[in-house]
Amino acid sequence: MSEYAINKTLDARGLSCPMPSVKTALALEKMSLGEVLEVLTDDPVSKKDLPVWAQSTGNELLGIKEEEKTIKIYLKKA
Amino acid sequence: MTDQIKNKGSVTLVLFSGEMDKAIAAFVIATAAASMGMSVNIFFTFWGLNVIKKEGGLIKGQNWMQKMLNMMNYGHAKKLALSKMNMAGMGPMMLKVMMSEKKVPSLKEFIKTASELGVKFYPCEMSMSVMGLRQEDFLDECEDVIGAVSYLAIAKTSEVNLFI
Repeated sequence: MSEYAINKTLDARGLSCPMPSVKTALALEKMSLGEVLEVLTDDPVSKKDLPVWAQSTGNELLGIKEEEKTIKIYLKKA
Repeated sequence: MTDQIKNKGSVTLVLFSGEMDKAIAAFVIATAAASMGMSVNIFFTFWGLNVIKKEGGLIKGQNWMQKMLNMMNYGHAKKLALSKMNMAGMGPMMLKVMMSEKKVPSLKEFIKTASELGVKFYPCEMSMSVMGLRQEDFLDECEDVIGAVSYLAIAKTSEVNLFI
C-alpha cells in the first residue's frame, strides 16, 4: 500500500524516453484537479525527467519510490 | 493537447533531412515538448517531406525530371534510409528491430502520437512545387502548406528552434 491516495496508476514499464512523459501527460490530462497519478516505470531517465516534467507543467511531484527495478512516481494534478 | 496553456513556450523544428534516424530525433523532441504542454510546430522541407508522405504513388510530378526525382527519392515514414550505416537497407531493418526490442516507438507511431498531442505539421510550399508534389501526397495530419515567411513568423515567437 502507498501513503498517497492514488486515483490512477499508469504502467509505463518497458517504455523508454520520451514515452513515459508522453503517457503521463496524456493520463493526467484525463484526470481532475487534485487527483493523484502513480507512474510505474523502469526507465532510469524517468527518475530525472518526470520531476522536471512536473515542474515545467506546474503539476506537483509528491514523491518517488524505488522497488527493485520499478520506479514509482507520484504526481498530483495541479 | 487540448488544454494547452500558451505560456508553456513553443518549439519549432525544421526537418530538412529525410533519414529515419534524424526524423526520429526530431519526433522524440517534438513529443517530449508536447508532453510538457509546449506548442510544437514542425516545418518539413526538401528531403524531410518524405517523412510525412503517404505510402504508394511511385510516379509523381508534372515533368520527367520531377518524375525521375520522385521515383528515385521514393519514401515514407516506414521506408527511409539511415544517415549512417544504411548498408542498402540492412541498417534501417536492423535498427527497427533494435528499437522495438527497447520499446522505442517506430516513426509511424511517433507521428501518430505527436499528432494526438497537437503537434502541428507544415509541409513547405517551395520544396513541394520544385518536386511537383501536391498536398494530397501528404498525410491527413498535416496542416496547411506554408512558405518561409509563415515559418519565420512561427519561429520568431518560439523559444526553441532547431534545424534537423
